[in-house]
Amino acid sequence: MGSPTAVSAGQDHQKDRPEGEPRRSEVLSPSSPVVVFPEDAPLKLESGQLLAPLSIAYETYGTLNAAKSNAILICHALTGDQYAASVHPVTGKPGWWERLIGPGKPIDTDRFFVICPNILGGCMGSTGPASLNPRTGKPYGLDFPVITIGDMVDAQVRLIDHLGIDELFSVVGGSMGGMQVLEWTARQKTRVATAIPIAAAPWHSAQNIAFHEVGRQAVMADPDWRNGSYYEHGVVPKNGLSVARMAAHITYLSEKALQGKFGRNLQDRAARSFSFDADFKIESYLRHQGSTFVDRFDANSYLYITRAMDYFDLEAAHGGKLANAFLGTRTQFCVVSFTSDWLYPTRDSKAIVNALNAVAANVSFVEIESDKGHDAFLLEEPEFHATVRGFLTAAAVKRGLA
Amino acid sequence: MQKAVPFTGEQRADHLLSAEMVAPGSRVLDVGCGDGALLKLLAETKGVDGRGVELSREKVNMCVKSGLSVIQGDADRDLADYPDQAFDYAVLSLTIQATRDPKTVLENLLRIGRFAIVSFPNFGHWRVRAALLLTGRMPVTPNLPEPWYATADAHLCTIKDFVDLVSLVDAEVEAAVAFNSKGQRRPSKNSLSLQNLLGEKAVFKLKRRT
Repeated sequence: MGSPTAVSAGQDHQKDRPEGEPRRSEVLSPSSPVVVFPEDAPLKLESGQLLAPLSIAYETYGTLNAAKSNAILICHALTGDQYAASVHPVTGKPGWWERLIGPGKPIDTDRFFVICPNILGGCMGSTGPASLNPRTGKPYGLDFPVITIGDMVDAQVRLIDHLGIDELFSVVGGSMGGMQVLEWTARQKTRVATAIPIAAAPWHSAQNIAFHEVGRQAVMADPDWRNGSYYEHGVVPKNGLSVARMAAHITYLSEKALQGKFGRNLQDRAARSFSFDADFKIESYLRHQGSTFVDRFDANSYLYITRAMDYFDLEAAHGGKLANAFLGTRTQFCVVSFTSDWLYPTRDSKAIVNALNAVAANVSFVEIESDKGHDAFLLEEPEFHATVRGFLTAAAVKRGLA
Repeated sequence: MQKAVPFTGEQRADHLLSAEMVAPGSRVLDVGCGDGALLKLLAETKGVDGRGVELSREKVNMCVKSGLSVIQGDADRDLADYPDQAFDYAVLSLTIQATRDPKTVLENLLRIGRFAIVSFPNFGHWRVRAALLLTGRMPVTPNLPEPWYATADAHLCTIKDFVDLVSLVDAEVEAAVAFNSKGQRRPSKNSLSLQNLLGEKAVFKLKRRT
């Protein structure tokens, strides 16, 4: 087996970038560090297919201690990436979890070494459908194998091995990141000291599969999608992906938040225009969400990742009994949900808690009062942040991580 | 650096008496753990590996923030999910009278823990008896301060009633202490009738009959 190659960050990719296509170059040579596992060390996928070579792009924050005992893995959500606490190279925006990660913050980088990889199937430097297929020299497109949440975790295990870390102090993630957290604890029982699955679920519900299918059909209905081979034609299925994002975005909010933030207010006009312009503020907001998303995300990645989420069912994967997923676990869990999250509601988190109780696992469970819907895990929620800080601090003190 | 906050407040008498019944280094489930005072007391004085269940979201968040393992849940609904003998002790402090189904709750405690430690206000205390006898109204005493329409205590019982329930669920009393609001034991001699008359509250350590 060949050894993985680490490619250092900070190389000047700018000059190689075609005009207006910063995203494409992040796929092939990301701004973050990337480790490449070579052709002769393929990743065996749940579908039975082998994937090689495998690139995992990742960011780190803080310093790994000498005992390598202070590492926290951050698992990102569907449209997240490795830039959890650093500036996004395409949008120039701050990291998506800067509220939580940083010096003195709840996930304190003065104390912990934080690793955030781009998931398998992503489009920010880890291997995904936009990456080059070594057999054709062209982007995979639909030749990319269908992947699962478990496959994403197995790919992350490679990275953690590469970094020489035996046991992660914690694995933390929201939404699909929370699904990865659960897979980590189920698959790597001796390697996860603490785990924080946030706004997650042990399986994807029919409603959630339904929303994803709407998004995928929107992408596929765009003539520029070209059966997934749009890269070669110099086009992007912008309209389809944008509609997918608009629909999905509604599911991340709560009705109360939508009503409070937008109501029936009109956008930059005094009266209805009697047209199909974005008269309402909410329309304008969704259109903006859709159009900015296509600038930073790959349409095929969206298809593959939503599919992986649909396939997620930790209960079915463990003989129809969710508790079996956690048999023999030594991990200390802190499960978090939000009251107004109707996409991954509290009852889904309670199913996780009940399964953990059934195997007498060490578990805390907190439901945070919030009107921000599913997106609450990304937003300003002081109670949530205090919970993460308190849980991690107490566990760190117990384990002698000063 | 933020440390887990040690418990510094006044200790509740029932907590101190319950803690006396717990062996050092054991595993304890505290059902209705409130702000986690007993769990902290047990961790600090007995090195106990403790877990809690608490109904109030606010109190659960307080516990987790301070480093305790506590889940939001309900004694009536959520105990069924715990496996048999998962803990050395299952503790229920001054809560059984407020559950919907005290018998099932007690059976669950005895199933989950090798021992159950249960404390409750004693409706057989002389002041309660006197209040009912003399006023002809539901007793309102320092120990039971809420009027009948506002209290959450749907299933109040006397010490003798509780002992009957213990036999009904096929358990036996390992230790029993009746005490007043200051935590003083009443009476020191082990007479059930005197305990029932003079104890404002009681703590029982129970185990299943084998």
